[in-house]
Amino acid sequence: MTSLPNPTPGAKKLGLVIDLDTCVGCHACATNCKEWNTSGHMAPLPDQHPYSAAQEGVWFNRVHAYEAGDGDEGRTVHFPRSCLHCETPACVTVCPTGASYKRAEDGIVLVNTDMCIGCQLCAWACPYGARELDEDQGVMKKCTLCVDRIYNETIPEERRVPACVSTCPANARHFGDLGDPNSDVSKLVAERGGYELMPEMGYQPVNRYLPPRKASSQVKSAPKEAGPLPSQINNPLLRWMDKVLSR
Amino acid sequence: MKPAPSIVFFTVASGAGYGLLFWLGVLKPLGLLPANTLFGATAAIIALALIAAGLCSSLLHLGRPERAWRALSQWRSSWLSREGVAAVLTFLPAIIFLIALAHGETSLMLPAGLLSAVGAAVTVYCTGMIYASLKPVKEWHHPMVAPGYLLFASFSGAALLAMLSGFWGGGFFPALVAAALGMAALFFKRAYWASMDATPAASTRESATGLGFIGTVRPLESPHTESNYLLREMAFRVARVHAAKLRSIALLLGFALPALFFCLAIILGGGLAIALGVLAAASALAGLLVERWLIFAEATHTVALYYPTPR
Repeated sequence: MTSLPNPTPGAKKLGLVIDLDTCVGCHACATNCKEWNTSGHMAPLPDQHPYSAAQEGVWFNRVHAYEAGDGDEGRTVHFPRSCLHCETPACVTVCPTGASYKRAEDGIVLVNTDMCIGCQLCAWACPYGARELDEDQGVMKKCTLCVDRIYNETIPEERRVPACVSTCPANARHFGDLGDPNSDVSKLVAERGGYELMPEMGYQPVNRYLPPRKASSQVKSAPKEAGPLPSQINNPLLRWMDKVLSR
Repeated sequence: MKPAPSIVFFTVASGAGYGLLFWLGVLKPLGLLPANTLFGATAAIIALALIAAGLCSSLLHLGRPERAWRALSQWRSSWLSREGVAAVLTFLPAIIFLIALAHGETSLMLPAGLLSAVGAAVTVYCTGMIYASLKPVKEWHHPMVAPGYLLFASFSGAALLAMLSGFWGGGFFPALVAAALGMAALFFKRAYWASMDATPAASTRESATGLGFIGTVRPLESPHTESNYLLREMAFRVARVHAAKLRSIALLLGFALPALFFCLAIILGGGLAIALGVLAAASALAGLLVERWLIFAEATHTVALYYPTPR
């Protein structure tokens, strides 16, 4: 049903914490997401014209890159964007059919593709661009938080995390219960000042982004010029001078 | 936002149909329209045909039209579902009203007409609220959007009714209503555009990425080299360069000319009034198609903030 479950204090809120300081923009999360999910809960993730010009397709995770600030303060930030599994998701309440729903037990937002009519109103209602139309099936698809992995008892326990988290080579993606203030992810968010995207929209996203750390003061000053190695100085007098002055 | 032809046609056609049903339901029992049964039946059939054509067109926008019946289930939370329920329920009094009109059953005309009018107003209000409830689109999440849908539907319906009444020689009162609503719609639309242009978007690249604490945020690389569904559907920008001209066309064709034509029809009367009524109604519908196209083409969605602004 597209009415939201009643919020209960201490309820589980599964979500991702994405570290923009360590993300290197390798797109491995997006690629592994596509790989897992094209045969997962909301499969397939179709591609249009995959082998010709104008190829495109459904992805649950897309990695942008931005420049922020100017001069010494300026940063290049890699920015993965996916469903934030909002606490009050408009994509669910606008759904006329009941195909979109938010799970009471863990807060995951899902689409029942057998009921979806493909009206696309949910895509319009999502400020984050988390929902995409499967143009082959005529239904909406979105991130499932790998609901078919995280509870999957047929795979080893350490792999029961979303595909994007398991594959990240920079350990920039963390998965856990953001409703529990003592969970590792909640502690990480508290420690690093994790924030939500577009809080002004009022949809209360569960996922958090960890801000890039401040550049250290050492980095700001120009790097010192490296001198030649003693073995590279042929003149014995100059080699002796270099040795004395380097003390 | 991409102006899907099926949705543009749906909101204009159904809007005019519901507007026509509304005014027919209110004015006919009050005796302010031609008493002819053929006139009443024709007007009601045209209203229902426009509504049905619009609703059928809206189904074309669906990825799975055969499942459309499912959209009637979530009226507790969804304005789209409420619109569907209201549209289906309005057919009941509207069909009874049509039968009453065709047989000249005056006792049945009043309750069926008024119920049809209420149903028409509720349905169009739900249509408006579908758009007005979408926070990511600032041009739609505006207090004048839902009243605008009501006003434009009632105006185009009145224009059609005035034209039809003219054929049966009783166009005075509906022409007066249509002229007044046309002028009201003209000022309303101008006020909406002024307000929209003056309101900055609540969200920026800085709030969308949360990186504003570093400084201004500029897109460096897109996630993909080709287009995608999000860009095609929600970052439609083709019309913006012509927006000023299209706005003038919409105001002129949609509201100013029809209002003028109806005023002239009232003054001149006779055969000329019939011709002016036809011109006015055609102009109103054409202008409203432009107005509705602009409602989509000018609307911006926050998802576009994540992507570079196309040059």
